[in-house]
Amino acid sequence: MALSEFPRLGFDPFVELRRMQTEMSRLFSGFSATTARDFPPINILLGENSVAVTAELPGVTRDDVTISLQEDVLTLEGKREPKVQEGNVNWQRRERAYGTFSRAVQLPFRVDPDKVQARFNNGVLEIELQRLEADRPKKIEIRAA
Amino acid sequence: MAQEVRTVDQRTSPATENRERTPNRPVFAPPSDIYETKDSIVVLAEMPGVAPDGVDITLERRVLTIRGRSTASEHTGYQRVYNEFADGDYERVFTLSENIDRDRIEATLKDGVLRLVLPKAETAKARKIELKAS
Repeated sequence: MALSEFPRLGFDPFVELRRMQTEMSRLFSGFSATTARDFPPINILLGENSVAVTAELPGVTRDDVTISLQEDVLTLEGKREPKVQEGNVNWQRRERAYGTFSRAVQLPFRVDPDKVQARFNNGVLEIELQRLEADRPKKIEIRAA
Repeated sequence: MAQEVRTVDQRTSPATENRERTPNRPVFAPPSDIYETKDSIVVLAEMPGVAPDGVDITLERRVLTIRGRSTASEHTGYQRVYNEFADGDYERVFTLSENIDRDRIEATLKDGVLRLVLPKAETAKARKIELKAS
């Protein structure tokens, strides 16, 4: 656990996240070998008592993706299929990845599952999670001796 | 406040590599699928974060240019701590192999995927040439 540039917190809450990324991200068959990184790409934004996770999921509809939350682990699962209406086609270039995806993100604190908001616009999924009340740091008063 | 923000390299569009743009936003090449049917060529370009009014498609002779401007998402009160994708615009240039009927080009944008149907012009459809026995 290296000390990093997080002077406000004193430790890096994302060390665990990064370690968990490599352990828990799974790519199922259907993805070409050129896609070496995890799908979907995510961004994490940290607020005072909330965390927002955004993911790029173009071509995926609301029904194709499942968001589940357990304590402090957020999981995005789903599938993306090529929607080719024309039947027999001649593929000339195939750069997009298809298949099922599953990605788990460990959040820096436990969140309240009842206070989650998720929006999906233009292929970008935004999930806003509020910190669990019981998990908030409690101020400890120092009493004069 | 110094933060560790890691941004994975998305392919920047080679069309804009030596150009400087007024808003200094990164420009990515949208990953695209192209397939050909009997009557048309279909291009599927991934441009997440782009709304239908941010798309610009131009076809000049045989060069097709796709541009997308992504709507910046406001996240006030939040700080980015982990980045795997960056906010940016999209641009890609293709040279088409057949003559396209410009008037019948259809473009739709849904869920960040631009679908371009380029119907082949009548004269471009391959005609089989019969070999007559002499």
